[in-house]
Amino acid sequence: MKWLLVAIIVSATTLGEVLQAAAMKRHGEIRDFRPGAIGRLIGILARNKHIVASVGCMAVSFFAFMALLSVADLSFAVPATAASYVFETVLAKVFLKEKVSSGRWAGACLVACGVALLSL
Amino acid sequence: MNIHAARLRAKTRLFTLLVILSNVLGDFSLSRGLRQVGRLLTLAPLTYVRALFNPWVALGVSLLILWLLSHMALLSWADLSYVLPVTSIGYVLVALAGKLFLHEAITNWRWAGILLIVIGVSLVARTAPHRSGATP
Repeated sequence: MKWLLVAIIVSATTLGEVLQAAAMKRHGEIRDFRPGAIGRLIGILARNKHIVASVGCMAVSFFAFMALLSVADLSFAVPATAASYVFETVLAKVFLKEKVSSGRWAGACLVACGVALLSL
Repeated sequence: MNIHAARLRAKTRLFTLLVILSNVLGDFSLSRGLRQVGRLLTLAPLTYVRALFNPWVALGVSLLILWLLSHMALLSWADLSYVLPVTSIGYVLVALAGKLFLHEAITNWRWAGILLIVIGVSLVARTAPHRSGATP
């Protein structure tokens, strides 16, 4: 049950964050942090399909995370969901066209090993 | 370094800090609240709604909303493959918070796993954080 929840959290988080990154990249750098501008920005983003889908994914991930926290330790729950880190790096290269250097790949593999160790 | 680059760096630091703190404190409050609420393995929405009335759960949810907004802002100017590693030092803080305040046991295997994650993310964090195609 624990690991089913981890699988749900990892896939929903990965999808949600990649969608969010894609939408924010397309939106461009946020420069104005006055309350009115932030309000307008939230209005614009709330009508962005990618952002709405990403928030939906994060809501799924959030409720699954709440369920996981109610049956598992925090020090198990948080690192176990770090698997999304590896998938997101792969998707960042494939879909977001980010330049992922060998150092970044090595880091992603170490994180994957760390996550595997947590399951022992 | 020109003024724009310096401002962008300061802004990146501020928002990275916001993302990390809201994430760690949010998870910590949620975990603490959910211990008081009890098991949540159900699909009945009312059980989750009732859990939101616990003050720790409510604080955790507010902090995670702050996390979502600061994360979105940070992603508007920084690469996802940069944002992920710099914010994942939170894993260590969460493990330590769990040990110190919730008295959770961390086995040697879990410590080793956490250590590998830290080495992995620091490797990644040392690579150039600049946006794809742009110079830093």
